[in-house]
Formats: sequence, C-alpha cells, structure tokens
Amino acid sequence: MPSDPRGVLTGVHFLDGDQACCEGALAAGTRFAAGYPITPSTEVVERFAARIPRVGGTFVQMEDELASSIAILGAVWGGAKAFTVTSGPGFSLMMEHIGYAAMTETPCVFVNVQRGGPSTGLPTLPAQSDMMQARWGSHGDYQIIALCPNSPQECFDLAIRAFNLAEQYRVPVMFMMDECVGHMTEKVVIPQADEIEIYPRRRTKKTPDEYHAYATGDDLVPEMVHAGEGYRFHITGLTHDERGYPLMNPKSQDHLVRRLHDKILNAAGDIAMYEEEGTADADVVVVSYGITSRVARHAVELARSEGLKVGTLRLITVWPFPEKKLQKLARSARAFVVPELNLGQIVLEVERVAKGDAKTYAVTHAGGTVHRPEQILEAIREAAR
Amino acid sequence: MSTANLEVIEAPNPIEQFLRMDRIPHIWCPGCGIGTSVNCFAHALLETKKNLDRVAVVSGIGCTGRVAGYVKLDSFHTTHGRAIPFATGLKLANPDLDVVVYSGDGDLFAIGGNHFIHAARRNMDLKVICVNNLLYAMTGGQSGPTTPATSITTTAPYGGYEPSFNLPQLADAAGAVYVARWTTFHVKQLARSMSEILNKKGFCFIEILSPCPTLYERRNRLGDGLDTMKYFKASSKIRHGAPTSEVALTKRGEITVGKFIDRDRPDHIELMNTQLRAQLGDKFVEARGLRCD
Repeated sequence: MPSDPRGVLTGVHFLDGDQACCEGALAAGTRFAAGYPITPSTEVVERFAARIPRVGGTFVQMEDELASSIAILGAVWGGAKAFTVTSGPGFSLMMEHIGYAAMTETPCVFVNVQRGGPSTGLPTLPAQSDMMQARWGSHGDYQIIALCPNSPQECFDLAIRAFNLAEQYRVPVMFMMDECVGHMTEKVVIPQADEIEIYPRRRTKKTPDEYHAYATGDDLVPEMVHAGEGYRFHITGLTHDERGYPLMNPKSQDHLVRRLHDKILNAAGDIAMYEEEGTADADVVVVSYGITSRVARHAVELARSEGLKVGTLRLITVWPFPEKKLQKLARSARAFVVPELNLGQIVLEVERVAKGDAKTYAVTHAGGTVHRPEQILEAIREAAR
Repeated sequence: MSTANLEVIEAPNPIEQFLRMDRIPHIWCPGCGIGTSVNCFAHALLETKKNLDRVAVVSGIGCTGRVAGYVKLDSFHTTHGRAIPFATGLKLANPDLDVVVYSGDGDLFAIGGNHFIHAARRNMDLKVICVNNLLYAMTGGQSGPTTPATSITTTAPYGGYEPSFNLPQLADAAGAVYVARWTTFHVKQLARSMSEILNKKGFCFIEILSPCPTLYERRNRLGDGLDTMKYFKASSKIRHGAPTSEVALTKRGEITVGKFIDRDRPDHIELMNTQLRAQLGDKFVEARGLRCD
C-alpha cells in the first residue's frame, strides 16, 4: 500500500543521517517512538519529538533503554508501528527485548548508531563493533534482520525498508548505522507519498473463534491482531503453542525455535540487498558495509590505477548473511578483503562462507575514526599477490 | 418419591467467563493467595461491567506473572520487571484500553522498581495490582525487597537483615492517585478497591498481601495457608486514609489495610495533549489510537 502522506516530508533536503532515519521512519508510517538519550543517536528521537505532534503520534522518553525497548513492543500490540533508537551501551540493555520481540514475533525496528566500545568507550566517535551483538546479543536461538546504510539518503530509504521487512516477517529489524553516517550531512530526496511502498501489517481476517495467534501458512509467518479488538489473545515469551499458550517441552521448543529460524532463512534470498561492482573478472573482492564502504571505494580506485583487478561487494543486508552471493564470489575470485571498524566480525562470516575457496584478509580498526584508504589498499595488494 | 422430576442444574461459576478454562488447572500451590486475588478481579470486572474487549492485562515474570495466562482477556506475559513499560506503550498506542498490570512484589519492586516510580510520576493511566507474597516464589523462595527482616529464605538462610520497602508509601511518594492495601482475607474490600481503580483515571496501585505457604510460611515455621489467613484476620486493622508512612509491614506484626490515597491529578495523556495543543495550536494533531492501518 502507499505511504500515509502525513508522515512524508516530500522534497529535497540537506539532512544528517540521524534526521534522515527519523524521516524514513515517519514515511514508513511509524507513529510511536520510545527512547532514552544516548550519543550519537539522540538526534533521531529529538527530531521525532519535534515532528510527531504535527503528524499525529506519540513520543515518550522512558527511564532507561530496558523500558524504551519494551514500550515499543506494547505500542505495536496496541496497533502502532514503533521503533526505538540507541547506541552501544543502550543496545546492550535492549538485548532482552530483542529476544522478546523475536519470540513473540513483534514487528519493530531497533536503530543502533554505532560508537566505539566496549562499555562507555567512544561516545562521539564511530565504530562498527556491534555487528555480532546485533545478531547474537540476546540469549537463545533466533534470527533477526540487520541493514547497514552508508549515506543519509540510505538512512531514509533503508529505514522504510527496515519497517517493511519487520512487518513482512514479523521480526525485529536492526538498523545498524554508525556515528559517521549518522552525523554526515548530505542531500536527501524524499519522494511523494504515493511513490513509497509500505508493507502492511499482516492482519488476520479470521474471527476470534477461528484465530490462533501463532498458526502459520507456508511462509511460516503468523497473522496478527491488536489489543482491543475482541480476540482475547495471549502473548508470552515462554515457549508456546499455536494458540500462544505456554507449552514447555522439547517437541514444542523444537517446532517453535526452528520456525523462528526458518521463516527468515528460507527468505534470505529475498531479504538480501547488496551493491556489486566489477566482480565478474576480479581477482580480489573488497567486502564492506556502512561508512567503511565509502573509504573502501577510494582504496579500490587506487588499486585499479595500479592495474589490479579488484571488485567490490557492499553489504546492505548484513543479517541474514548473504551466503549465496559470497559463495559464488568465492569460486570466481582469489581473495576477499574485508575492512570494518572492529577487530574482525563480519570477516568471520566471509571466511566461514568462503570455505577456503578464496583467501580472506581482514583490515581491522578499533574505531574512533575511519580507515585510511592506504590501509585497505595495502591489504588489496597483499591479497592480489 | 419419584426421581423423574429431578433436574441437574449446572450453573457455571460466574467468573468462568473471565478465565481461560482450557488452561485450568493453574500452577499455583494450595493455600496460595494469587487465585483468590484473581477471583476478586473477576468480580470487579463483573461489578464494573467493563467492556472486556477493551481490558488488557499485562504481567511480568513470577507466580503472579502467570495471571496474564489465565485471564480471558487480551493478555501479555512480558519480561521480568518490564510489565509497566510494556503497558505504557500499549496504553499510549490505544488510549481506549483499560490497561491492568498484574504482577508480583519482586517483579514490580526489585527488577522493575524504576519503571514503577516513573510510571507513577508520569501518572500513566495504569492499574497496578501487586500480589505481595514477601519473596520470590517461582524461583524457590529467595529474599526480595519486601521480605521482612529476620525472615528465613533460601538466600537468607540465617534470617534476612535488609529493611524492606513500604509499598504504599513508595507509591504515594512517587505520585500514584490511588493507593490501597488489602490481604487475601479481605476479598470483599479487595474486589471493591479493584472496581474503584477500574473506574479511576491515572496511576492506581493496590498491594495484596498473600500467603506463600510453600516457601515463606513453611521455612519460617508459620504454619500453612489457613494459619496465615487466621493471622491476616486477627492482625489486620482497617485504617482508611492512614498516612502511608505509618503502614510499613513487619514480620507477623500488625497489618494496616485500607484505602490510603484517593486523589486526582491530570494523567500523562491529558498533560501531553494540553501542553502540545497550547504550544502548537492548530498544528497539533492529537493521536487518538495509533492504528498502523
């Protein structure tokens, strides 16, 4: 369905990534945000607090990130589209409710504008060191989706995509920005509302007598109802049956947890987004995401000017990891170079998927600034040798 | 005498309509007071004639946290301590709902204590019902913030020594508009208090003192559930309007019960709308239910 025009600020703007992310959320139909202040993400909710009373919606500043990360889930079951925004330390506190959202299949978006860690780390400086936490941070087996924008325009475009994926698969989506992308200001084009496609909430047409909260069809995604509609439904974080009732035994656990996995992994091909360039005859493929992809681009240009055959693969969807794409490239290229603002996270996935078909070179960085292109260039030269 | 005219009348219990009978029997122990409190809650729903399609119950984790699983309403069994912030989001998204938070003392006042005071400060329109059984029961009887000093628990094997919270005083100080305490002996008064909060706007709080014969009374050699009911009956004094600073509980001491606070102040949504309308005028779009479709 098309977007609700009330939330769409159509026009050409000069925005930073945080503000563009907020506009993307509004354009996606998000009318509820709960947040707790934390650098470098706060501008997202500051803008939301200013904009939402003129659009028709609610912002609430909660007492901590535990509260904001579950207030959004309450709002979703009350009928809203909702998101919360944070950075490293707050993201750590939100882990419990990422698991609860995955278990209860509550569609929502968690924005993490990444900064240097661990702990308080570098509040005002960039990192990409929460990539594994986004995937594995809550306890138990579950799947999430994670997207990585590399520009303010993408903070807008992909925020809409993040909400659409959350609704389509009824899963929490991690919107993994970084301090650089969040605070860089560039041109952002916001289209007309009717040009923005919104994935509608998967509402049931069944009557309360027929409806089972967690019954699914072939795509393994259940249909939703909201509180106040007469369904008298029950939601729990306990292992549950199709009715949503607690049913705690190995068989029920196996059925539920595998379904939560499969509904995402079966659709990994549809969820995967990436940008690929010059890979067809490349000896070396540079795999990057977020702000690092923009540094890598320069490194690749330098390498090509030296006559090296280098391609690039920019991951836009990082989770579920686009395995098929990487497997294919591992067979055609000799090596992968993986720069990222951490001491080696996504490179582990690249290495796992390559299964030795291509060598993998990490270009690590502890964060606080971006790589120098020469660091990446050096790794490309070594990989091409 | 003929038996032909005998008729078996199967009148359903009037509270069955409020329960998920397909989930009965429940998990609570013999002598536990949580079921009694749910009975009172059902009677309050009956009494107030609330539209049950618009009443939602939100629980945290623990024995009382299981209430959400047994009431036949839109019901949410959330994470430990976080029933109140979940309920806050639910209420803000759909202000037409009557949102009841039903949980235990450990859930609401230890791990969830911060959320309790902030929701009271905001005067979020939530009805918070706390069954206080003086310890963590689901996990086997550990000390909590309400456990009276000198009580034996699994984590205070030589008797506790930490002072405990006076819950009505905490709720009062944080800004609740309605504060009452009853025991599970006071079923009529409790049901009446529950009816009152279902019809009152703002952050309302009822503490229900309940036996935990399996874990609290047994370890402290205080008898069984019936003995505790006798204690509740003998030691409770009804003092409506008592200053909440004077109602602290002690181990097997006098229990002050009654309605301590009943006052009015604008709730969160009213304050928000008033301020935004004053500042934004015609540009303010009031959110009346945030339906994404």
